[in-house]
Amino acid sequence: MIIRRPADIPSSEITPESVYFDRRKFIAAAGLGAAGLAAAPAALHALGADQEQEIPARFLDMKSELGESLNSYRDVTTYNNFYEFGTGKGDPADNAGDFRPRPWTVSVTGEVNKPGDYQLEDFLSPAAMEDRVYRLRCVEAWSMVIPWRGVPLYEIINRVEPTGNAKFVEFRTIVRPEEMPGQRYSTLQWPYVEGLRLDEAMHPLTLMTTGVYGMDLPNQNGAPLRLIVPWKYGFKGVKSIVSMRFVEEMPLNTWQQENSFEYGFYANVNPQVDHPRWSQARERRLPSLFANRPTLMFNGYAEQVQQMYAGMDLERWK
Amino acid sequence: MKHDRTILALKVVLWLGALAPGAWLVGGIFRGWLGANPAEKLTHVTGMTTLVLLLLTLTVTPVRRLTGWNPIIKLRRPLGLWAFAYALTHFTIWFAFYNVFNVGYMIADVAERPYITVGMAAFLILIPLAATSTKGWIRRLGKRWSTLHKGIYVAATLGVIHFYWLVKADTRLPLLLGACLLVLMALRARVPRPHASRAESETPVGTS
Repeated sequence: MIIRRPADIPSSEITPESVYFDRRKFIAAAGLGAAGLAAAPAALHALGADQEQEIPARFLDMKSELGESLNSYRDVTTYNNFYEFGTGKGDPADNAGDFRPRPWTVSVTGEVNKPGDYQLEDFLSPAAMEDRVYRLRCVEAWSMVIPWRGVPLYEIINRVEPTGNAKFVEFRTIVRPEEMPGQRYSTLQWPYVEGLRLDEAMHPLTLMTTGVYGMDLPNQNGAPLRLIVPWKYGFKGVKSIVSMRFVEEMPLNTWQQENSFEYGFYANVNPQVDHPRWSQARERRLPSLFANRPTLMFNGYAEQVQQMYAGMDLERWK
Repeated sequence: MKHDRTILALKVVLWLGALAPGAWLVGGIFRGWLGANPAEKLTHVTGMTTLVLLLLTLTVTPVRRLTGWNPIIKLRRPLGLWAFAYALTHFTIWFAFYNVFNVGYMIADVAERPYITVGMAAFLILIPLAATSTKGWIRRLGKRWSTLHKGIYVAATLGVIHFYWLVKADTRLPLLLGACLLVLMALRARVPRPHASRAESETPVGTS
């Protein structure tokens, strides 16, 4: 649970009165789900019964393009990997309170015509901001459906004008061990590094993300700026980004550096290529108990992205 | 007798301590404090509890030898049986929620994933130990009982390897448990038995 001082609450997070006065409806509805041992956690979570955050009304009945229900704000913001705040799934929510996501500068370097240190506000045009409901498939075989908010990455890339030599984009997370307790241990090598091939980075599905459920990203989810690449495993979604470097050579991403036997550069969701230690054929759609949901090729986005990998050996380029 | 009262008190602590993780999990299922992935929490907590209880079971004999306080042996069986109870729960949760009750999935997992192979081996080793923990079996097996129950060394070692192999990057906790196991094994090897006769000192007399 995060208890914020009133001064920390931006006006965007103040609950509109209409939603506030309707809150009992959610609580009453959640109560109906409490019957039955197996059903209880699922129902309570789906309805977000015990969440503090009141979500904007437009998300209440929102579904993915496949008709999937959204995970609750609470699920999204209390269960995730962000090793900079600890290796437990609840650690980011527990330990990210001291992180200061503003002011924020992103440095753009390498093969671009307009390199520089960009203030976050100059980097993102508010007009281009949109909500995108995406499945998030973790390499650990659990998944959620999340309404992110952000700007298509290609808009940013077009503005900084990559040169003809730019073949890949490398992203880095900020290093601030004083605010990120996980960085005081060398669990991974800091900074966290991720990368995309330029065509992947330019793909319209790739989202430079600043929010979730219409609100600013909470610290634990990668505030103020993170990547979401919905057809790839979640670890490609580098968080709290401070650097974008346009390069000719394929970057060495952190998990590949940590264990190249288990993790590659591409990390496309693929039910046919198992992680060496577990099957990727099925997944657990949280908060369900059962890992019984067949994993979809490219996480269900095959139609939009598979042409980028035509002719590639996806087992080798895992 | 004073010893009886101390043992009784220790047994109360043991039972409360062993029940606590299970009670917390059952409470969490009903009250929703297990988080967004209750199946993972159930698996991790039961697995961790199994390992801790196995290590505590292995602590009894070194403590007995170091202190010369023999009644402590009476804690060994309940500790071992609680370890098995959590191992059984851990296995059942995994079979239900990870393999969705599908024996084919389970066999494939055991065959293809080394960390599951060793975990399953540890569990299978514990089954005959739990089954032969009664006075009747101790009597029937005689000296062979001690030999059979050395299986716990293998089970605990495989259990720690199982944990070490499943974490992605943060190996501190499995390494800590491994270090505890090494210390316990070293103590066993280094500290002499208090009595000359092995049968007297190491075979539990089936009273409690």
